[in-house]
Amino acid sequence: MAMKSNLLNMALCLSAVCLVCSGLLGGVYALTAEPIAKTNADILKASISEVLPEGGELSDAISIEVGGQPSEYYVCAAGEQVLAYAVKSTTVGFGGPLVLMVGITPDGQVYNTSVLSHNETPGLGAKCTSDAHFMEQFKGFDAVSKILSVRKDGGDVDAITASTITSRAYSLAVRNAVEAVAKIKGE
Amino acid sequence: MNVFTKGFFKENPTFVLLLGMCPTLATTTSAVNGLSMGLATLFVLVLSNIVISAIAPLVPDKVHIPVYIVVIATFVTILQFVMQAYTPAMYKTLGLFIPLIVVNCIVLGRAEAFASKNGLLDSLLDGLGIGLGFTASLTVIGIVREILGSGSVFGWKFLSGDGMLVFVMAPGAFLALGYLMVLFNKIAKKN
Repeated sequence: MAMKSNLLNMALCLSAVCLVCSGLLGGVYALTAEPIAKTNADILKASISEVLPEGGELSDAISIEVGGQPSEYYVCAAGEQVLAYAVKSTTVGFGGPLVLMVGITPDGQVYNTSVLSHNETPGLGAKCTSDAHFMEQFKGFDAVSKILSVRKDGGDVDAITASTITSRAYSLAVRNAVEAVAKIKGE
Repeated sequence: MNVFTKGFFKENPTFVLLLGMCPTLATTTSAVNGLSMGLATLFVLVLSNIVISAIAPLVPDKVHIPVYIVVIATFVTILQFVMQAYTPAMYKTLGLFIPLIVVNCIVLGRAEAFASKNGLLDSLLDGLGIGLGFTASLTVIGIVREILGSGSVFGWKFLSGDGMLVFVMAPGAFLALGYLMVLFNKIAKKN
């Protein structure tokens, strides 16, 4: 059974256990740091290519403020001509931050959108990643002549049934991205 | 052998001991989620049981809980790194519940009640048994909730449309758990 405790053996035992454990964790961290970075980069890259037209060279991340929050965007260009912008846009959904990647063409049209991360309710708000009708309507959304907010708020976006807050957050994220691109072009 | 099999029936952590209810209710929205949460817990349970049974005789009585927690937390963090690197989708789905395995009472419970008093092999079998019992229960709850809530099994959809939404959300977790517990105890009593 367990040893009798005194100050010395308690201190020694705890230090030894912590030392071994932190050594072990350091080792595992060093081993997995590279695969983790690669996986995250792959996810980001996949989401960017999903929202941009094919062809062109992708720039590195450029920092920018989107909807009052620090974020970043990428420029996809063929030579001098800009094909599209990919903007990372964060808003607050029903369950926490909703992070989108929004592809926008230079004439202010939404090319496509994809969800980077969300905490929406499964079966309700989480449908923003699977509801075909909801997602399709942002493809080629004409942000110049139509309004990027849900119909309930006088806009042109069909909300997901029973998930108005998520749909609002999604529309707002896209709208913020469109505004950010307008600002980029204005500079 | 009894040490191994008791995790499934006599001491099933979910339906009999009622331990680890938080991940049970929160992550079983689908069969795959339940299964992966179970396997993640199994991994930590087996390794921490082995290590704790090996070091228990050397640990002074007054610091045994901190030492066990450090050991458990280490394995959970290792699991977290590995999942983040190789199964990012699963890591994203289970999210917060992976780090929360540290405070899952099943893991510390087995360390305290079993591994610290028994040999290496028995502790290994105990961890495997309880872990697999937990995995099986979570998967069953996940299957039931997925069938009723989304009309699919392991992601394979056999019903078009939505199913009963309530089973995907928290109230459905309690309902499914309650009815499965009744069923489980009825079957277990007969034997």
